Amino acid sequence: MKICVLVKEVPDAAVEKRIDPSTGRMDRSGEKNLNPYDTHAIEAAMQIKEGGAVPVEEIVAVTMGPESAVRALHKAVSLGADRSVHLSDAVVAGSDVAATGYALAKTLQRESPDLVLLGQQSDDGECYTIGAVVAEHLGMPSLTQVIKMDVESDALRCERQAEYGYDTVQIKLPAVISVGDAINEPRYPSLKAIMGAKKKPLDSITAADAEIDASKVGGENSAAQWVAAKAPPAKAAGEIIEDEDTGETVEKIIAWLDERKLI
Amino acid sequence: MANILVYALHYDGAINKNSLGAVSEGAKLAAELGGEAHAILLGENVSQDLAASLGNYGAKKVLVAEGPEGLAQPLVDAMAKAITDGGYSYALFGGGLLGFEIGAGLAARLGAGVAMEITAVRAEGGELIAERPILGDSAISEIKYRSDVGIIIGRLNAFEIKQSGGGDAPVEQLSFELSAHASQATMLTRGEQRGADVDIEGANILIAGGRGLGKAEGFELAEDLAKAFGGNSAVAATRAVVDAGWYPYAAQIGQTGKTVAPKLYLAAGISGAIQHKVGMQASENIVAINKDANAPIFEFSDLGIVGDLNKILPKLTEAVKAKKGS
Repeated sequence: MKICVLVKEVPDAAVEKRIDPSTGRMDRSGEKNLNPYDTHAIEAAMQIKEGGAVPVEEIVAVTMGPESAVRALHKAVSLGADRSVHLSDAVVAGSDVAATGYALAKTLQRESPDLVLLGQQSDDGECYTIGAVVAEHLGMPSLTQVIKMDVESDALRCERQAEYGYDTVQIKLPAVISVGDAINEPRYPSLKAIMGAKKKPLDSITAADAEIDASKVGGENSAAQWVAAKAPPAKAAGEIIEDEDTGETVEKIIAWLDERKLI
Repeated sequence: MANILVYALHYDGAINKNSLGAVSEGAKLAAELGGEAHAILLGENVSQDLAASLGNYGAKKVLVAEGPEGLAQPLVDAMAKAITDGGYSYALFGGGLLGFEIGAGLAARLGAGVAMEITAVRAEGGELIAERPILGDSAISEIKYRSDVGIIIGRLNAFEIKQSGGGDAPVEQLSFELSAHASQATMLTRGEQRGADVDIEGANILIAGGRGLGKAEGFELAEDLAKAFGGNSAVAATRAVVDAGWYPYAAQIGQTGKTVAPKLYLAAGISGAIQHKVGMQASENIVAINKDANAPIFEFSDLGIVGDLNKILPKLTEAVKAKKGS
Protein backbone atom coordinates (compact mmCIF):
# COMPACT_ATOMS: atom_id res chain seq x y z
CA MET A 1 0.00 0.00 0.00
CA LYS A 2 1.15 3.50 -0.80
CA ILE A 3 -0.17 6.30 1.39
CA CYS A 4 -0.03 9.98 0.47
CA VAL A 5 -0.61 12.50 3.23
CA LEU A 6 -1.66 16.02 2.25
CA VAL A 7 -0.04 18.60 4.47
CA LYS A 8 -0.09 22.35 4.61
CA GLU A 9 1.87 25.10 6.20
CA VAL A 10 -0.20 27.57 8.18
CA PRO A 11 0.63 30.70 10.15
CA ASP A 12 1.81 29.85 13.63
CA ALA A 13 -1.07 30.20 16.08
CA ALA A 14 1.00 32.73 18.01
CA VAL A 15 1.26 35.05 15.00
CA GLU A 16 -1.53 37.52 14.48
CA LYS A 17 -3.41 36.73 11.28
CA ARG A 18 -4.55 39.43 8.91
CA ILE A 19 -6.11 39.96 5.51
CA ASP A 20 -4.05 41.71 2.87
CA PRO A 21 -6.35 44.65 1.98
CA SER A 22 -5.00 44.84 -1.59
CA THR A 23 -5.97 41.27 -2.49
CA GLY A 24 -8.65 40.38 0.06
CA ARG A 25 -6.72 37.18 0.74
CA MET A 26 -5.05 35.96 3.87
CA ASP A 27 -1.60 37.38 4.41
CA ARG A 28 0.43 34.20 4.62
CA SER A 29 3.73 35.82 5.57
CA GLY A 30 5.03 35.61 9.12
CA GLU A 31 6.03 32.50 11.08
CA LYS A 32 4.80 29.26 9.54
CA ASN A 33 4.27 25.80 10.86
CA LEU A 34 2.82 22.46 9.83
CA ASN A 35 -0.96 22.54 10.23
CA PRO A 36 -1.41 20.87 13.62
CA TYR A 37 -4.39 18.87 12.30
CA ASP A 38 -2.13 17.29 9.65
CA THR A 39 0.05 15.65 12.30
CA HIS A 40 -2.93 13.38 13.08
CA ALA A 41 -3.05 12.29 9.42
CA ILE A 42 0.67 11.46 9.40
CA GLU A 43 0.28 9.56 12.67
CA ALA A 44 -2.67 7.61 11.18
CA ALA A 45 -0.48 6.63 8.23
CA MET A 46 2.31 5.54 10.59
CA GLN A 47 -0.10 3.42 12.63
CA ILE A 48 -1.31 1.62 9.48
CA LYS A 49 2.32 0.99 8.54
CA GLU A 50 3.30 -0.23 12.00
CA GLY A 51 0.01 -2.11 12.54
CA GLY A 52 1.05 -4.71 10.01
CA ALA A 53 -2.49 -5.55 8.74
CA VAL A 54 -1.29 -4.55 5.27
CA PRO A 55 2.25 -3.90 4.11
CA VAL A 56 2.88 -0.18 3.55
CA GLU A 57 5.62 0.43 1.00
CA GLU A 58 5.75 4.15 1.32
CA ILE A 59 4.31 7.21 3.03
CA VAL A 60 4.62 10.35 0.91
CA ALA A 61 3.91 13.86 2.22
CA VAL A 62 2.46 16.16 -0.44
CA THR A 63 1.98 19.91 -0.27
CA MET A 64 1.24 22.90 -2.44
CA GLY A 65 2.59 26.29 -1.52
CA PRO A 66 5.44 28.77 -1.75
CA GLU A 67 9.12 28.05 -1.10
CA SER A 68 8.60 28.19 2.66
CA ALA A 69 6.19 25.22 2.56
CA VAL A 70 9.29 23.01 2.48
CA ARG A 71 9.41 23.41 6.27
CA ALA A 72 6.01 21.74 6.62
CA LEU A 73 7.33 18.86 4.51
CA HIS A 74 10.46 18.56 6.67
CA LYS A 75 8.23 18.36 9.74
CA ALA A 76 6.05 15.72 8.04
CA VAL A 77 9.11 13.66 7.19
CA SER A 78 10.45 13.99 10.73
CA LEU A 79 7.12 12.53 11.91
CA GLY A 80 7.54 9.48 9.70
CA ALA A 81 6.91 10.19 6.01
CA ASP A 82 9.49 8.52 3.75
CA ARG A 83 9.73 11.32 1.21
CA SER A 84 7.83 14.38 0.05
CA VAL A 85 6.48 16.17 -3.00
CA HIS A 86 6.23 19.94 -3.22
CA LEU A 87 4.03 21.56 -5.86
CA SER A 88 5.44 25.06 -6.09
CA ASP A 89 4.43 27.34 -8.90
CA ALA A 90 3.36 30.98 -9.17
CA VAL A 91 0.38 29.98 -11.33
CA VAL A 92 -1.35 28.19 -8.42
CA ALA A 93 -0.94 31.06 -5.93
CA GLY A 94 -4.22 32.44 -4.65
CA SER A 95 -6.29 29.42 -5.74
CA ASP A 96 -9.63 28.95 -3.97
CA VAL A 97 -10.63 25.64 -2.36
CA ALA A 98 -11.93 24.14 -5.62
CA ALA A 99 -8.82 25.11 -7.61
CA THR A 100 -6.46 24.02 -4.81
CA GLY A 101 -8.20 20.64 -4.66
CA TYR A 102 -7.85 20.24 -8.41
CA ALA A 103 -4.13 21.07 -8.33
CA LEU A 104 -3.53 18.69 -5.42
CA ALA A 105 -5.47 15.92 -7.21
CA LYS A 106 -3.27 16.33 -10.30
CA THR A 107 -0.18 16.18 -8.09
CA LEU A 108 -1.47 13.04 -6.37
CA GLN A 109 -2.23 11.37 -9.71
CA ARG A 110 1.53 11.19 -10.39
CA GLU A 111 1.89 9.09 -7.24
CA SER A 112 -1.08 6.70 -7.75
CA PRO A 113 -1.72 6.31 -4.01
CA ASP A 114 -3.94 3.59 -2.53
CA LEU A 115 -4.91 5.91 0.29
CA VAL A 116 -4.86 9.69 0.63
CA LEU A 117 -5.02 11.03 4.19
CA LEU A 118 -5.46 14.58 5.38
CA GLY A 119 -6.29 16.51 8.55
CA GLN A 120 -9.88 17.45 9.33
CA GLN A 121 -9.38 21.11 8.57
CA SER A 122 -6.57 23.52 8.19
CA ASP A 123 -5.96 25.89 11.03
CA ASP A 124 -5.94 29.05 8.97
CA GLY A 125 -8.69 28.83 6.39
CA GLU A 126 -10.85 26.29 8.19
CA CYS A 127 -11.62 24.58 4.89
CA TYR A 128 -12.54 21.05 5.80
CA THR A 129 -13.85 20.60 2.32
CA ILE A 130 -10.59 20.00 0.48
CA GLY A 131 -10.77 16.19 0.88
CA ALA A 132 -14.12 16.04 -0.92
CA VAL A 133 -12.78 18.13 -3.81
CA VAL A 134 -9.65 16.00 -4.17
CA ALA A 135 -11.69 12.76 -4.03
CA GLU A 136 -14.07 13.93 -6.74
CA HIS A 137 -11.18 14.77 -9.10
CA LEU A 138 -9.50 11.44 -8.39
CA GLY A 139 -12.78 9.52 -8.71
CA MET A 140 -12.32 8.00 -5.25
CA PRO A 141 -14.77 7.52 -2.38
CA SER A 142 -14.17 9.80 0.58
CA LEU A 143 -15.16 10.51 4.15
CA THR A 144 -14.25 13.34 6.53
CA GLN A 145 -13.91 13.60 10.34
CA VAL A 146 -12.93 9.94 10.66
CA ILE A 147 -11.97 9.09 14.26
CA LYS A 148 -11.40 5.34 13.91
CA MET A 149 -10.06 3.52 10.90
CA ASP A 150 -9.41 -0.21 10.52
CA VAL A 151 -7.80 -1.65 7.42
CA GLU A 152 -9.56 -4.74 6.05
CA SER A 153 -7.58 -5.98 2.98
CA ASP A 154 -9.01 -3.81 0.17
CA ALA A 155 -11.23 -1.61 2.32
CA LEU A 156 -11.34 0.62 5.40
CA ARG A 157 -13.87 0.43 8.17
CA CYS A 158 -14.30 4.01 9.34
CA GLU A 159 -16.17 5.61 12.20
CA ARG A 160 -17.14 9.22 12.39
CA GLN A 161 -19.57 11.53 14.08
CA ALA A 162 -22.19 13.08 11.80
CA GLU A 163 -25.47 14.96 12.31
CA TYR A 164 -27.34 12.18 14.09
CA GLY A 165 -24.66 10.30 16.04
CA TYR A 166 -21.82 7.97 15.10
CA ASP A 167 -21.75 6.35 11.65
CA THR A 168 -19.71 3.31 10.64
CA VAL A 169 -18.88 3.31 6.93
CA GLN A 170 -17.00 0.81 4.82
CA ILE A 171 -14.87 2.49 2.16
CA LYS A 172 -13.19 0.55 -0.64
CA LEU A 173 -9.63 1.52 -1.53
CA PRO A 174 -8.30 3.64 -3.13
CA ALA A 175 -9.91 6.37 -1.04
CA VAL A 176 -9.49 9.87 0.38
CA ILE A 177 -9.95 10.10 4.16
CA SER A 178 -9.87 13.22 6.34
CA VAL A 179 -9.15 12.26 9.93
CA GLY A 180 -10.49 13.98 13.02
CA ASP A 181 -8.13 14.97 15.82
CA ALA A 182 -9.56 12.31 18.15
CA ILE A 183 -8.16 9.52 15.95
CA ASN A 184 -4.78 9.46 17.70
CA GLU A 185 -2.17 11.29 19.75
CA PRO A 186 0.58 12.29 17.32
CA ARG A 187 4.08 11.33 18.42
CA TYR A 188 6.85 13.85 18.86
CA PRO A 189 9.67 13.58 16.34
CA SER A 190 12.99 12.36 17.69
CA LEU A 191 16.00 14.65 17.46
CA LYS A 192 17.53 12.18 15.01
CA ALA A 193 14.42 12.30 12.83
CA ILE A 194 14.45 16.10 12.86
CA MET A 195 18.12 16.18 11.89
CA GLY A 196 17.59 13.55 9.18
CA ALA A 197 14.47 15.12 7.67
CA LYS A 198 16.36 17.35 5.27
CA LYS A 199 18.20 14.37 3.81
CA LYS A 200 15.04 12.49 2.77
CA PRO A 201 14.08 12.83 -0.92
CA LEU A 202 12.06 15.95 -1.73
CA ASP A 203 10.63 16.22 -5.21
CA SER A 204 9.87 19.82 -6.17
CA ILE A 205 7.53 20.03 -9.13
CA THR A 206 5.84 22.71 -11.23
CA ALA A 207 2.23 22.94 -12.41
CA ALA A 208 3.38 21.78 -15.86
CA ASP A 209 5.06 18.70 -14.31
CA ALA A 210 1.71 17.76 -12.75
CA GLU A 211 -0.11 18.50 -16.03
CA ILE A 212 -2.21 21.13 -14.31
CA ASP A 213 -4.34 23.21 -16.66
CA ALA A 214 -3.13 26.72 -15.78
CA SER A 215 -6.48 28.21 -16.81
CA LYS A 216 -8.14 26.41 -13.88
CA VAL A 217 -5.90 27.62 -11.06
CA GLY A 218 -4.68 30.81 -9.40
CA GLY A 219 -6.56 33.72 -7.90
CA GLU A 220 -7.71 35.13 -11.26
CA ASN A 221 -9.12 31.80 -12.46
CA SER A 222 -10.77 30.71 -9.22
CA ALA A 223 -14.55 30.52 -9.49
CA ALA A 224 -15.17 31.88 -6.00
CA GLN A 225 -14.00 35.47 -5.99
CA TRP A 226 -13.32 37.60 -2.94
CA VAL A 227 -14.86 40.96 -3.66
CA ALA A 228 -14.46 42.77 -0.37
CA ALA A 229 -13.69 42.43 3.31
CA LYS A 230 -15.44 44.33 6.06
CA ALA A 231 -15.48 44.52 9.83
CA PRO A 232 -18.11 42.53 11.72
CA PRO A 233 -20.63 44.35 13.92
CA ALA A 234 -18.77 45.66 16.95
CA LYS A 235 -19.22 43.62 20.13
CA ALA A 236 -18.25 44.97 23.51
CA ALA A 237 -15.16 43.18 24.72
CA GLY A 238 -15.69 41.00 27.77
CA GLU A 239 -14.05 41.53 31.11
CA ILE A 240 -10.86 39.51 31.67
CA ILE A 241 -9.48 38.37 35.03
CA GLU A 242 -5.94 37.01 35.29
CA ASP A 243 -6.01 34.47 38.09
CA GLU A 244 -3.26 35.35 40.57
CA ASP A 245 -5.01 34.83 43.90
CA THR A 246 -7.66 32.16 43.30
CA GLY A 247 -9.70 33.14 46.35
CA GLU A 248 -9.96 36.66 45.05
CA THR A 249 -10.71 35.47 41.51
CA VAL A 250 -13.58 33.31 42.74
CA GLU A 251 -15.00 36.23 44.74
CA LYS A 252 -15.01 38.34 41.59
CA ILE A 253 -16.75 35.59 39.60
CA ILE A 254 -19.42 35.20 42.29
CA ALA A 255 -20.00 38.97 42.38
CA TRP A 256 -20.29 39.04 38.57
CA LEU A 257 -22.79 36.17 38.57
CA ASP A 258 -24.73 37.71 41.45
CA GLU A 259 -25.03 41.05 39.66
CA ARG A 260 -26.70 39.25 36.76
CA LYS A 261 -28.91 37.17 39.06
CA LEU A 262 -27.39 33.94 37.82
CA ILE A 263 -26.92 32.45 41.25
CA MET B 1 -34.35 34.10 -13.85
CA ALA B 2 -32.15 32.26 -11.45
CA ASN B 3 -33.34 29.16 -9.65
CA ILE B 4 -31.77 27.83 -6.47
CA LEU B 5 -31.49 24.15 -5.55
CA VAL B 6 -31.46 23.53 -1.79
CA TYR B 7 -30.24 20.33 -0.17
CA ALA B 8 -32.55 18.97 2.52
CA LEU B 9 -31.01 16.55 4.98
CA HIS B 10 -33.53 14.21 6.60
CA TYR B 11 -33.36 11.41 9.12
CA ASP B 12 -35.93 9.23 10.79
CA GLY B 13 -38.86 10.94 9.08
CA ALA B 14 -37.89 14.54 9.88
CA ILE B 15 -36.08 17.29 7.99
CA ASN B 16 -32.96 18.70 9.65
CA LYS B 17 -33.45 22.15 11.23
CA ASN B 18 -30.52 23.63 9.33
CA SER B 19 -32.03 22.39 6.08
CA LEU B 20 -35.36 24.02 6.92
CA GLY B 21 -33.41 27.25 7.45
CA ALA B 22 -31.65 26.79 4.10
CA VAL B 23 -34.95 26.18 2.26
CA SER B 24 -36.43 29.33 3.87
CA GLU B 25 -33.34 31.35 2.94
CA GLY B 26 -33.30 29.90 -0.60
CA ALA B 27 -36.95 30.86 -1.12
CA LYS B 28 -36.26 34.43 0.01
CA LEU B 29 -33.19 34.80 -2.22
CA ALA B 30 -34.86 33.16 -5.24
CA ALA B 31 -37.74 35.63 -4.98
CA GLU B 32 -35.24 38.51 -5.01
CA LEU B 33 -33.61 37.03 -8.12
CA GLY B 34 -36.96 36.48 -9.81
CA GLY B 35 -36.66 32.70 -9.71
CA GLU B 36 -37.73 29.74 -7.61
CA ALA B 37 -36.18 27.65 -4.85
CA HIS B 38 -36.46 23.90 -5.22
CA ALA B 39 -35.39 21.35 -2.64
CA ILE B 40 -33.83 17.92 -3.08
CA LEU B 41 -33.99 14.90 -0.80
CA LEU B 42 -32.24 11.60 -1.28
CA GLY B 43 -32.91 8.36 0.51
CA GLU B 44 -34.53 4.98 0.55
CA ASN B 45 -38.30 5.28 0.10
CA VAL B 46 -38.47 8.94 1.12
CA SER B 47 -41.98 9.84 2.23
CA GLN B 48 -43.84 11.95 -0.35
CA ASP B 49 -45.55 13.86 2.46
CA LEU B 50 -42.23 14.73 4.07
CA ALA B 51 -40.90 15.98 0.73
CA ALA B 52 -44.06 17.95 -0.05
CA SER B 53 -43.97 19.61 3.40
CA LEU B 54 -40.97 21.69 2.28
CA GLY B 55 -43.48 23.79 0.36
CA ASN B 56 -44.39 25.29 3.73
CA TYR B 57 -40.89 26.79 3.89
CA GLY B 58 -41.05 28.24 0.40
CA ALA B 59 -39.87 25.42 -1.91
CA LYS B 60 -41.85 25.59 -5.16
CA LYS B 61 -40.90 22.05 -6.13
CA VAL B 62 -39.22 19.14 -4.35
CA LEU B 63 -37.05 16.56 -6.11
CA VAL B 64 -36.77 13.13 -4.56
CA ALA B 65 -33.95 10.78 -5.50
CA GLU B 66 -33.63 7.13 -4.52
CA GLY B 67 -30.21 6.23 -3.10
CA PRO B 68 -28.14 5.35 -0.03
CA GLU B 69 -28.66 7.76 2.89
CA GLY B 70 -26.10 9.50 5.04
CA LEU B 71 -23.26 9.64 2.49
CA ALA B 72 -22.18 12.66 0.48
CA GLN B 73 -21.16 11.29 -2.90
CA PRO B 74 -24.59 9.90 -3.98
CA LEU B 75 -25.93 13.42 -3.43
CA VAL B 76 -23.16 14.89 -5.57
CA ASP B 77 -24.36 12.58 -8.37
CA ALA B 78 -28.03 13.44 -7.85
CA MET B 79 -27.53 17.20 -7.48
CA ALA B 80 -25.15 17.37 -10.46
CA LYS B 81 -27.83 15.65 -12.56
CA ALA B 82 -30.56 17.99 -11.31
CA ILE B 83 -28.43 21.08 -11.92
CA THR B 84 -27.34 19.98 -15.40
CA ASP B 85 -30.93 19.16 -16.42
CA GLY B 86 -32.70 21.95 -14.57
CA GLY B 87 -30.39 24.90 -15.12
CA TYR B 88 -29.99 26.02 -11.51
CA SER B 89 -27.75 29.01 -10.86
CA TYR B 90 -27.02 28.24 -7.20
CA ALA B 91 -26.90 25.29 -4.84
CA LEU B 92 -27.53 26.10 -1.19
CA PHE B 93 -26.71 24.08 1.94
CA GLY B 94 -27.54 24.68 5.60
CA GLY B 95 -24.77 24.16 8.14
CA GLY B 96 -23.68 20.59 8.77
CA LEU B 97 -21.03 18.04 7.97
CA LEU B 98 -22.79 16.38 5.02
CA GLY B 99 -23.55 19.74 3.43
CA PHE B 100 -19.85 20.60 3.49
CA GLU B 101 -18.90 17.31 1.86
CA ILE B 102 -21.65 17.42 -0.79
CA GLY B 103 -21.09 21.09 -1.63
CA ALA B 104 -17.34 20.61 -2.04
CA GLY B 105 -17.76 17.49 -4.19
CA LEU B 106 -20.35 19.26 -6.32
CA ALA B 107 -17.99 22.20 -6.85
CA ALA B 108 -15.34 19.81 -8.18
CA ARG B 109 -17.84 17.96 -10.37
CA LEU B 110 -19.34 21.09 -11.95
CA GLY B 111 -16.28 23.32 -11.95
CA ALA B 112 -18.32 25.62 -9.75
CA GLY B 113 -17.18 28.15 -7.17
CA VAL B 114 -17.82 27.23 -3.56
CA ALA B 115 -17.87 29.29 -0.37
CA MET B 116 -18.40 27.82 3.07
CA GLU B 117 -19.18 28.97 6.63
CA ILE B 118 -21.51 31.55 5.10
CA THR B 119 -23.49 33.63 7.61
CA ALA B 120 -25.44 35.88 5.24
CA VAL B 121 -26.34 36.02 1.55
CA ARG B 122 -27.79 38.92 -0.43
CA ALA B 123 -29.00 39.43 -3.98
CA GLU B 124 -27.37 42.30 -5.85
CA GLY B 125 -27.53 43.03 -9.57
CA GLY B 126 -29.15 39.68 -10.31
CA GLU B 127 -26.51 37.63 -8.52
CA LEU B 128 -25.83 36.41 -5.02
CA ILE B 129 -23.05 37.64 -2.76
CA ALA B 130 -22.11 35.47 0.19
CA GLU B 131 -20.61 36.71 3.45
CA ARG B 132 -18.07 34.61 5.28
CA PRO B 133 -16.55 35.53 8.64
CA ILE B 134 -12.83 34.81 8.71
CA LEU B 135 -9.85 35.04 11.07
CA GLY B 136 -11.78 33.95 14.13
CA ASP B 137 -14.73 36.10 13.03
CA SER B 138 -12.67 39.29 13.26
CA ALA B 139 -13.42 40.14 9.62
CA ILE B 140 -16.10 39.30 7.07
CA SER B 141 -15.17 38.56 3.48
CA GLU B 142 -17.63 38.91 0.62
CA ILE B 143 -17.61 36.33 -2.12
CA LYS B 144 -19.24 36.15 -5.52
CA TYR B 145 -19.07 33.63 -8.29
CA ARG B 146 -17.50 33.69 -11.73
CA SER B 147 -18.85 30.22 -12.57
CA ASP B 148 -22.26 29.33 -14.08
CA VAL B 149 -23.22 27.70 -10.79
CA GLY B 150 -22.38 29.10 -7.35
CA ILE B 151 -22.31 26.85 -4.30
CA ILE B 152 -23.14 28.33 -0.92
CA ILE B 153 -22.60 26.33 2.26
CA GLY B 154 -24.07 27.99 5.33
CA ARG B 155 -22.67 28.06 8.82
CA LEU B 156 -24.64 26.14 11.44
CA ASN B 157 -27.82 28.04 12.44
CA ALA B 158 -27.02 30.90 10.04
CA PHE B 159 -30.33 30.75 8.19
CA GLU B 160 -33.60 31.44 9.95
CA ILE B 161 -36.48 28.98 9.57
CA LYS B 162 -39.55 30.75 8.14
CA GLN B 163 -42.90 29.23 7.29
CA SER B 164 -44.10 30.77 4.03
CA GLY B 165 -47.67 29.55 4.23
CA GLY B 166 -47.12 28.05 0.81
CA GLY B 167 -48.69 24.67 1.57
CA ASP B 168 -47.48 21.41 0.09
CA ALA B 169 -45.11 21.59 -2.88
CA PRO B 170 -45.31 19.33 -5.93
CA VAL B 171 -42.90 16.37 -5.67
CA GLU B 172 -40.96 15.02 -8.63
CA GLN B 173 -38.91 11.84 -8.79
CA LEU B 174 -35.34 12.44 -9.96
CA SER B 175 -33.59 9.53 -11.62
CA PHE B 176 -29.81 9.62 -11.70
CA GLU B 177 -26.91 7.25 -12.00
CA LEU B 178 -24.66 6.48 -9.06
CA SER B 179 -21.04 7.13 -10.09
CA ALA B 180 -18.48 4.34 -9.76
CA HIS B 181 -16.70 5.95 -6.79
CA ALA B 182 -19.93 6.80 -4.95
CA SER B 183 -20.77 3.08 -4.91
CA GLN B 184 -17.47 2.30 -3.13
CA ALA B 185 -18.77 3.53 0.23
CA THR B 186 -21.35 1.59 2.25
CA MET B 187 -23.08 2.76 5.41
CA LEU B 188 -22.85 -0.08 7.94
CA THR B 189 -24.52 1.60 10.93
CA ARG B 190 -25.86 5.14 11.19
CA GLY B 191 -26.70 7.46 14.05
CA GLU B 192 -25.30 5.38 16.89
CA GLN B 193 -25.74 7.18 20.23
CA ARG B 194 -22.70 6.84 22.45
CA GLY B 195 -22.88 7.31 26.20
CA ALA B 196 -25.84 8.17 28.39
CA ASP B 197 -28.87 10.03 27.10
CA VAL B 198 -28.72 13.42 28.80
CA ASP B 199 -30.84 16.51 28.22
CA ILE B 200 -28.92 19.76 27.90
CA GLU B 201 -31.24 21.72 25.64
CA GLY B 202 -33.66 22.71 28.40
CA ALA B 203 -31.00 23.77 30.95
CA ASN B 204 -30.76 27.39 32.18
CA ILE B 205 -27.20 26.91 33.33
CA LEU B 206 -24.68 24.86 31.40
CA ILE B 207 -21.21 24.00 32.61
CA ALA B 208 -19.35 22.94 29.47
CA GLY B 209 -16.07 21.06 29.48
CA GLY B 210 -13.38 20.73 26.82
CA ARG B 211 -10.00 19.18 26.35
CA GLY B 212 -8.58 21.45 29.05
CA LEU B 213 -10.23 19.22 31.67
CA GLY B 214 -7.34 16.88 30.90
CA LYS B 215 -9.08 13.52 31.19
CA ALA B 216 -12.52 11.91 31.47
CA GLU B 217 -12.34 12.19 35.27
CA GLY B 218 -11.86 15.95 34.88
CA PHE B 219 -15.58 16.17 34.14
CA GLU B 220 -16.26 15.53 37.83
CA LEU B 221 -15.19 19.14 38.44
CA ALA B 222 -17.80 20.33 35.93
CA GLU B 223 -20.47 18.04 37.37
CA ASP B 224 -19.76 19.23 40.92
CA LEU B 225 -20.16 22.84 39.83
CA ALA B 226 -23.42 22.09 37.98
CA LYS B 227 -24.71 20.35 41.11
CA ALA B 228 -23.77 23.35 43.24
CA PHE B 229 -25.85 25.62 40.97
CA GLY B 230 -28.63 23.07 41.32
CA GLY B 231 -32.05 23.54 39.76
CA ASN B 232 -32.07 23.50 36.01
CA SER B 233 -28.36 23.06 35.36
CA ALA B 234 -26.46 20.47 33.33
CA VAL B 235 -23.03 19.58 31.97
CA ALA B 236 -22.17 19.89 28.26
CA ALA B 237 -19.08 18.97 26.22
CA THR B 238 -17.11 19.74 23.05
CA ARG B 239 -16.80 17.40 20.08
CA ALA B 240 -13.15 16.67 20.81
CA VAL B 241 -13.87 15.22 24.24
CA VAL B 242 -16.98 13.34 23.06
CA ASP B 243 -14.96 11.79 20.22
CA ALA B 244 -12.34 10.87 22.81
CA GLY B 245 -15.03 9.07 24.83
CA TRP B 246 -14.81 11.35 27.91
CA TYR B 247 -18.47 12.39 27.84
CA PRO B 248 -21.76 11.29 26.18
CA TYR B 249 -22.57 12.36 22.64
CA ALA B 250 -26.00 13.64 23.79
CA ALA B 251 -24.21 16.38 25.75
CA GLN B 252 -22.25 17.70 22.78
CA ILE B 253 -22.49 21.33 21.68
CA GLY B 254 -21.68 22.58 18.20
CA GLN B 255 -21.34 21.59 14.55
CA THR B 256 -22.57 17.99 14.75
CA GLY B 257 -24.09 18.35 18.22
CA LYS B 258 -26.70 20.51 19.92
CA THR B 259 -27.36 24.22 19.71
CA VAL B 260 -28.10 25.86 23.05
CA ALA B 261 -28.87 29.31 24.44
CA PRO B 262 -28.91 29.06 28.27
CA LYS B 263 -28.90 31.99 30.70
CA LEU B 264 -25.36 31.08 31.72
CA TYR B 265 -22.81 29.15 29.71
CA LEU B 266 -19.65 28.47 31.67
CA ALA B 267 -16.91 27.04 29.45
CA ALA B 268 -14.11 25.24 31.26
CA GLY B 269 -11.00 24.33 29.27
CA ILE B 270 -12.64 25.08 25.91
CA SER B 271 -10.55 26.93 23.32
CA GLY B 272 -13.61 28.18 21.41
CA ALA B 273 -13.12 26.78 17.89
CA ILE B 274 -15.72 27.97 15.42
CA GLN B 275 -17.38 24.52 15.32
CA HIS B 276 -18.12 24.94 19.02
CA LYS B 277 -19.00 28.62 18.92
CA VAL B 278 -21.80 28.11 16.40
CA GLY B 279 -23.62 25.92 18.90
CA MET B 280 -23.53 28.26 21.92
CA GLN B 281 -22.97 31.86 20.84
CA ALA B 282 -26.61 32.77 21.49
CA SER B 283 -26.16 32.10 25.24
CA GLU B 284 -27.16 35.10 27.37
CA ASN B 285 -24.01 35.15 29.52
CA ILE B 286 -20.77 33.44 28.57
CA VAL B 287 -18.05 32.84 31.16
CA ALA B 288 -14.81 31.16 30.08
CA ILE B 289 -11.98 29.68 32.10
CA ASN B 290 -8.87 28.79 30.14
CA LYS B 291 -5.16 28.77 30.91
CA ASP B 292 -4.28 30.09 27.42
CA ALA B 293 -4.78 33.86 27.31
CA ASN B 294 -4.86 33.67 23.49
CA ALA B 295 -7.76 31.17 23.39
CA PRO B 296 -10.37 32.38 20.87
CA ILE B 297 -13.14 31.87 23.44
CA PHE B 298 -12.06 35.03 25.27
CA GLU B 299 -13.02 37.01 22.16
CA PHE B 300 -16.69 36.17 22.61
CA SER B 301 -17.04 35.62 26.34
CA ASP B 302 -18.57 38.22 28.66
CA LEU B 303 -16.28 37.24 31.51
CA GLY B 304 -12.97 35.50 30.89
CA ILE B 305 -10.70 34.00 33.52
CA VAL B 306 -7.14 33.20 32.54
CA GLY B 307 -6.00 30.52 34.92
CA ASP B 308 -5.83 26.87 35.95
CA LEU B 309 -9.31 25.36 36.07
CA ASN B 310 -8.11 22.64 38.46
CA LYS B 311 -7.53 25.39 41.02
CA ILE B 312 -10.48 27.60 40.14
CA LEU B 313 -13.36 25.13 39.65
CA PRO B 314 -13.25 23.45 43.10
CA LYS B 315 -13.11 26.83 44.87
CA LEU B 316 -15.87 28.20 42.65
CA THR B 317 -18.03 25.18 43.46
CA GLU B 318 -17.55 25.79 47.20
CA ALA B 319 -18.31 29.49 46.78
CA VAL B 320 -21.48 28.82 44.78
CA LYS B 321 -22.63 26.36 47.46
CA ALA B 322 -21.91 28.90 50.21
CA LYS B 323 -23.78 31.62 48.29
CA LYS B 324 -26.75 29.31 47.70
CA GLY B 325 -26.80 28.42 51.38
CA SER B 326 -26.78 32.02 52.53
